[in-house]
Amino acid sequence: MTDETPEEFEDDEYVGVVKKFMFINRKAPYGSIYGHEMQETILISTAFEQDVSVVFMDDGVFLLKKGHDTATINMKNVSPAYRAFKGYDIEKLYVERESLDARGLSPNDLLVPVEVLSATELGDLMEQQDIIISA
Amino acid sequence: MKFGILVNEGPFNHQASDSAYQFTWAALQKGHEIVRVFFYHDGVNNASNLSEPQSDDRNLVKLWSELGQEFDVELMVCVSAGLRRGLTEENLAPGFELSGLGQLIGAGIDSDRLIVFGD
Repeated sequence: MTDETPEEFEDDEYVGVVKKFMFINRKAPYGSIYGHEMQETILISTAFEQDVSVVFMDDGVFLLKKGHDTATINMKNVSPAYRAFKGYDIEKLYVERESLDARGLSPNDLLVPVEVLSATELGDLMEQQDIIISA
Repeated sequence: MKFGILVNEGPFNHQASDSAYQFTWAALQKGHEIVRVFFYHDGVNNASNLSEPQSDDRNLVKLWSELGQEFDVELMVCVSAGLRRGLTEENLAPGFELSGLGQLIGAGIDSDRLIVFGD
């Protein structure tokens, strides 16, 4: 799932500094590499014991859709990695309601349990973050 | 203020690298500290010494290289994103170094603001 294991980056230098990191996925899988490479960043961040949340909005909600079948497009299926997030204690997953609605999706279509928030609620949550990385 | 900079796009195809360069340069002129510039996704292509733009165009690789060396700013390139795109130690422009994604998270922790330049 990733070439670098989080353990490689464990570093005492940052012990005790906890910032709120939010990673925002906005693009569909396979059309571009952003979602896939963002997974690597999210997993590495767990080695630093930060307060991590992950957001899926716009076409990024398709990253979580059940039933990716990439056999005929010669690409690695990126979606199982989101199931592994729980094992890394990445449990704050948020999906924007408006993005789901616009695409005819409901939480039942998604691979993992998420918290569905309105654009306004998500905006409030963004305001509380120290670091926002989006792609 | 201490800034971390994340560059997510390569040179020329998008404005992101130009904007990031201009922001970084302006911040340094104003006396701010740049904790680190981190290059990810296609942004790793900003570090390739194989880039040869036409002589009447800006040379982004060279501009970043010079900025890094003149102001002693860390220019760090994600190694896994780099290798995937054919970037190795051999074709890294002066001032850039390959490093792990942990350096991006570290830049977030160490800076007051992390600014993301992307598409």
